[in-house]
Amino acid sequence: MSDATPQLLPTGQSRIEHMEMRGIVKRFPGVLACNSINFDVRAGEVHALLGENGAGKSTLMKILYGLYHANEGEVFLDGQRVSIHSPSDAIAHGIGMIHQHFMLVPSLTVAENVALGQRSAREPLLDLNAVSKRIRLLADTYGLRVDPSQPVWQLAVGERQRVEIVKALYRGAALLILDEPTAVLTPQEVNDLFKTFHQMVKDGHALIFISHKLHEVLAISDRITVLRDGCVVGSTPTREATKKSLAQMMVGREVILQYDQPPVDAGAVRLKVENLHAQSDRGTAALRGVNLELCAGEILGLAGVSGNGQRELSEVIFGLRPATQGKVELEGQPITGASPAHLNKLGLSYIPEERMVDGVIKDFTVAENLMLQDHARPPYAFNIFVNPRAVAHHCAELIRNFNIRTPNQETPLKSLSGGNIQKLILARELARTPRVLIAAQPTRGVDIGATEYIHQRLLEQRTKGTATLLISEDLDEILALADRIAVIYEGEIVGIVDRAAASIEELGLMMAGVRRESTAS
Amino acid sequence: MIEDLLTASVIASGIRLAMPYLYAAIGETFGQRSGVLNLGVEGVMLLGAYSSFWGVYQLTPDKATSFDPMALAAGVLVAVLVGLLMGLATAFINVTLQAEQGISGIGIYLFGLGMSTLLFQKNFSQVVTVKGFPKIHFPVLSDIPLIGEIFFRQNLLVYGAFALIPLAWFVLHKTTFGLRLRAVGQNPEAADSMGISVTRVRYMAVIIGGVLASVAGASMSIGHLNVFQQNLTDGRGFIAVALVYFGSWRPYGVMYGALLFSLVTALQIKAVTIGIGIPSELLSMTPYLLTIIALIFASRRIDQPAALTRPFERGE
Repeated sequence: MSDATPQLLPTGQSRIEHMEMRGIVKRFPGVLACNSINFDVRAGEVHALLGENGAGKSTLMKILYGLYHANEGEVFLDGQRVSIHSPSDAIAHGIGMIHQHFMLVPSLTVAENVALGQRSAREPLLDLNAVSKRIRLLADTYGLRVDPSQPVWQLAVGERQRVEIVKALYRGAALLILDEPTAVLTPQEVNDLFKTFHQMVKDGHALIFISHKLHEVLAISDRITVLRDGCVVGSTPTREATKKSLAQMMVGREVILQYDQPPVDAGAVRLKVENLHAQSDRGTAALRGVNLELCAGEILGLAGVSGNGQRELSEVIFGLRPATQGKVELEGQPITGASPAHLNKLGLSYIPEERMVDGVIKDFTVAENLMLQDHARPPYAFNIFVNPRAVAHHCAELIRNFNIRTPNQETPLKSLSGGNIQKLILARELARTPRVLIAAQPTRGVDIGATEYIHQRLLEQRTKGTATLLISEDLDEILALADRIAVIYEGEIVGIVDRAAASIEELGLMMAGVRRESTAS
Repeated sequence: MIEDLLTASVIASGIRLAMPYLYAAIGETFGQRSGVLNLGVEGVMLLGAYSSFWGVYQLTPDKATSFDPMALAAGVLVAVLVGLLMGLATAFINVTLQAEQGISGIGIYLFGLGMSTLLFQKNFSQVVTVKGFPKIHFPVLSDIPLIGEIFFRQNLLVYGAFALIPLAWFVLHKTTFGLRLRAVGQNPEAADSMGISVTRVRYMAVIIGGVLASVAGASMSIGHLNVFQQNLTDGRGFIAVALVYFGSWRPYGVMYGALLFSLVTALQIKAVTIGIGIPSELLSMTPYLLTIIALIFASRRIDQPAALTRPFERGE
C-alpha cells in the first residue's frame, strides 16, 4: 500500500485510504446524541459500529453523509479536512450510504432509481440505456443480480438491497456506510450480501457496518466500536471480541442471551386457524390458506421475512381485517369477523406490530393509554363517568409491576422511549391475563434491556398457561422463546418444526419458500 | 335525435371547451407529481383571465376592426408573468412555509377571485369585448367536411393546449428534470439522499403549474369568450384538479378526461338550445355528475404521488 500512485477501485474511483471523524458532537433538543465521538475506517476493512437503538450510531453516520450537521468536530479524508453539508457533498467525496429504510422510489425502474440525481450524458434528456449498461457492468463485477428495467415495487426485499448497493457504487462510493443492512433479509440473503461485502473489501473499499446483531458483527467485521448513550464505550479488533463481552459493553451490565425454560406443558388447543384467506391493503392475496393450532402454555413462533402475510394474519385474528375465506376459533367458538372489543372480552390480547400507529395514541397520557380498552368498565367507570381514583390506582400498579419508566401517569406518551412504550402496551394487554396473546414484533426497535424484560414476561405468561403466537422477523428471538416454529412465506405456512429440531439453515430455506414436511407433533 | 345533438359543430365546440382544462390540469399534474396539491388553480385562472384581457384591451389600437397580433402576444405574456408570481407565492406558502395544502389553496382561490373582481370593477365600468385569438384557416384542410370543422378551424391557443400533452409526457418521462420531479413526489427522502434539492424541484413544479393555470384563464378571456366578467372561470379550476385524479396523474389520462367532460358539456349546451324536454337546470348538472361518478371509479394507479400534500423536512 506504499505505492506512490493512488490505487483505483474496480469502479475506476480512487480509494479512500483513511476516513477519520474527530470529536463529533451532536445535540438534539434535550438529548446529547453524540458526545465527542472519534471514529475512523481504512480502505480494505469493515469497521462495525455497534450499539443499541438511540446509542448514536445512525446520528453519527448521518453526519458523515451530510444529512445532519455536527455541532462540533471534524471529518478528515486521507488527512485532508473536509466539510460535508449535504448528501451531494458526501457523494462527491466518494461516500455512499445504504439506509436502514431503503431510499428507493417504488414507482420508478431500477435504472431510473440509479440515474436519479446524476448528471446525464445527454442533459437535459435522460440516457437510461447508458445507465443500464453500467449497472450491468457493476452487477457483474460484484455479483449483484439486478434487472435495470424492472420497476422497484416488483422487487423482493433482497433485490432492493442490491439495488441500493449498485446505486452507491454507481455514484463512485469508495466508502460505504451500511445502516443495519441485514434487518429484513433471510439468513441466506445475509450470506450472499456478506460475500459481496468481502469482495468489496478485497477490492479496497472501506465499509462501515452498523448493527445491533452481535453474531453478524462478529462474522463480517475487522474492528468493532461500541457506542452507548452517545459515547464510545470501547473499540476492539474483532478477533478479541466475544458475544458476551460485546453485549456487556452495549448495555453496561451482564446480559442473559439464553433463557432457561421449563419444558413445555402444552394443554388444550386455544386458538385454531383454518384455511384462512385474506387480502392485503393493495387488494392482492396476502393470506392463502393458513392453518395453525395454538395450545395453552406454549409459544408458537411465526418466522418469516417481513411482508409475507404476518401483519395480515394477526389483524384477521384480532378482527381488524376481514377474512375472505376460512375461519378462526377461540377455544372452540368461532370468532371470525368478531370485533376487537368482543375478542378482548373473550380473553384475546394483541400487541400490534406498528406500536405507534396501532398500539397507542401518542398525544394521550400514559394513564389514558393504559385505560384505552377498560375505561368504560367497572370499576374504572360508573355509568358514563370515569372513576379517576380506580384508574389512578390501577395505572400506578401497572407502572410499578411492569417497570415502566415515566415521570408520572399524566406524562404524554410520546415522551417515553420505545422500550417503555412497548412495556406499557405489554402491561395493558397482560393485565387481563389473556387466554391467547398475539405478540407481533414485540421487541422491534426496543433496547436490549427492555427486550430482555419483555422476553421474561412472555415466558412468565407461558408458565401461566397463556397460548402465545409470537410473530417475529428476528430468528434469534424466535429461537430463544418459541416451543414450535411455523414459517410463513407468501401467505402460506411452509412448515412447522419443533425448536429442538430446528436449524438456522433449514429455517432460512423455509423463509425463502422451500417447502418442508411437518415434523412437529 | 342523436343526429341533432352530435353534430360537427358540437364536437368542435367540445374540443374548444377542453382547452382551459388542459392548460390548468397539466399544470396541476406537474405540481401534484412533485407532491404539492394546489387547490388555488381557480384563483390563478381568474387572475390570468383578467390580466391578459386587460393587456389585450389596453394594447389593441382604437377602432381596430380585426385582432392585433402584438396585443395578443402581450396579453399571453402578461398572463405568464402573473402565473409566475402566483406560482412563486403558492410555492412559498406550501413548500417553504409548509402550509396545510387543502386550506392554503382555498386562500389562493379566494384571493384570485377577489382581486380579479376588484380590478375589473375598478378599471372597467361595464362588460366589454376584445378581439381575441382568431380561428386559423388552413388551406384545403379547413374545408374538409366534418374533419375540417372539428380539427382545422380552431385557434392557436387550442392547438397549444393539445401540443402540451405530448410535451408534458416527454418532460416527465424523458428528461432528468422529469425524473427528479417524479422521485420528489413519490419519496422525497430518497431524492434528498441522492443529493436532489426537494425544495427546488417543488418550486419549479409549482411555478410551472401557476403559469399554466394563468394561461388557462387567458385562453378563456382572450382565446374563446373574448370578454371578462366577475368569476369568469366558474369552477373550471376545481374541475381541472379533479381531472388530474381522473387521469391518474398522466398527461394523456388528463386529456381523455378533459375531452370527455367538455364533450358532455357541449352536448348539454346543444340539448338545452334545441330543447329536448328536460329542464336545463338538470341538464347542466350532467357534466359535474359525470365527474363525480368517474372519480369514484377512477383507479388509484402506481403513479399516484405517495408524498402528495406531505411537506418535506429533513429529520433533524
